[in-house]
Amino acid sequence: MNRRWPRALAPELARGLRIARVLLVTQYAYMLEYRAEIALWALSGVLPFIMLGVWSAALTGGGGAAGLGLGLSQAELARYFLGAFIARQFTVVWVVWAFEEDSVAGRLSPYLLQPLQPLWRYVAAHLAEQATRLPFVVVIAALFFLQQPAAFALPSPARLLLALPAIWMAFAIHFLLQSLIAILCFWSERAQALERLLFIPYLFLSGLVAPLAAFPPGVRQVAFLTPFPYMIGFPAQLLAGLEVPIASSFAAMAGWIALLLPLTALAWRAGVRRYTAMGG
Amino acid sequence: MASDWRRYARTLRRFWGTALAGQLEYQLNLLIELLAMVGNLAGSLFVLSLFYGNSSGGAGTGLGGWSWPEAMVVLGVYTLLDGVSSTLLRPNLSRIVTHVQEGTLDFVLLKPIDSQFWLSARTVSPAGLPEIAVGLALMLGAGLKAGTRLDATTLALVAVLLLSSTLILYALWFLLATTSIWFVKTWNATEVLRAALAAGRYPITAYPAGLRTLFTLVLPVAFLTTVPAEAVLGRVSGPWALASLGVAAGFLLLSRAFWRFALRFYTSASS
Repeated sequence: MNRRWPRALAPELARGLRIARVLLVTQYAYMLEYRAEIALWALSGVLPFIMLGVWSAALTGGGGAAGLGLGLSQAELARYFLGAFIARQFTVVWVVWAFEEDSVAGRLSPYLLQPLQPLWRYVAAHLAEQATRLPFVVVIAALFFLQQPAAFALPSPARLLLALPAIWMAFAIHFLLQSLIAILCFWSERAQALERLLFIPYLFLSGLVAPLAAFPPGVRQVAFLTPFPYMIGFPAQLLAGLEVPIASSFAAMAGWIALLLPLTALAWRAGVRRYTAMGG
Repeated sequence: MASDWRRYARTLRRFWGTALAGQLEYQLNLLIELLAMVGNLAGSLFVLSLFYGNSSGGAGTGLGGWSWPEAMVVLGVYTLLDGVSSTLLRPNLSRIVTHVQEGTLDFVLLKPIDSQFWLSARTVSPAGLPEIAVGLALMLGAGLKAGTRLDATTLALVAVLLLSSTLILYALWFLLATTSIWFVKTWNATEVLRAALAAGRYPITAYPAGLRTLFTLVLPVAFLTTVPAEAVLGRVSGPWALASLGVAAGFLLLSRAFWRFALRFYTSASS
């Protein structure tokens, strides 16, 4: 009994790895075709840089650091917003648009017949798109440091090793949240509009427009009850080398994933039962 | 000439009447738009308040020397412009690339009406109307708190400068959309523009010198929100007001000339 189990699992694992490799390679080849668009998408994430302008001018001018309650130097502020830019680039999720398009165009039906949960296909597409983004993000970061040489500092290897899983977990949370909305497409064709509502707390509470340290304590406490601050703010702080509670943040992220994963799986199963192909 | 104007006005009424009738079918969408508007406004006000010591008392000169109610006027202008773009600009201009891609631009060009007019004014969406109303209310309320005097000159100046900033926004967007005649894939260049225009949420003096120059000379964000807001506060200077009109006229003529130029290279979808 004990000896049969690994042997039964090994082919399963090999099959999974083979599928993952094929999906990633084909999606990457596909995304490379669209590199011009992806470069423009990368550029359209300039919001953290605009906010850096406002925050750094407010820091030097008006109230000063104490008045803003930031506790960050100019260089740290610059690195924080660069970190927020990078974290955003690798956690952008567009599954709700892709899924809606596929289900309206009827492409979902063949996917459902394959012996593979269709959401994996979208995961692979997102990872491939992130790989395509990577060179553009490196160029933008290099230009940023050329423009702000005083802020230049690379994260320590240890921080980088922590930031990578933090970004992936942030991506996983964002992907699961948006997938839940995408799955609502099984019930209503207008589910996409709900994504607009999800984006609002994400925009203001994630740390994309302001470091959470600047929030009044009450609002900050509420924000940390949501998954949003972990989706940008935490990885950005790791990348910027700022002080941040590492263990508890990772625990919170793991908790959110543990909550959202079964929820998404359940919603998917209920949704597929309702699915009656387009025109059916 | 006069009959020409009448013809365009009549066509416009038909376009918008049918568009509104169609859109009002989707009431749930309107509800979601309304919720999104409230959420966005609350978030923007919250972020703005962070620069004023969380007290929103109006004591500090948080952003580039602008007091709390003055900065709210800028946000009001931004909200208004955002509403105008969801009502008029986005529904029309985001379709240009689809027309190029699918070859339906041919049909537009064959119509006995100016193609730029048709592409820019074909439809209208009520989604941005609440935003327009809230933007106006915010401008009025915050303006009164900051000591605006409601006289005829101020109102006329504000109206003219708001029109001018709407025209600048339209012309910029149309210019970018026109490039899709050559590069079909540039449609998300307009996303880059929209992202950069988010800078208009704050007065131009809230930015460091380098960005201030960029947002005045290269991407005229200053004329979009700061200049009309200064008009509301009754302190816009003559040169800035004239510059705003000049920039609007310049970009408008440029968009017109560029569209005519681009059409010479249009070879329909299948060729």
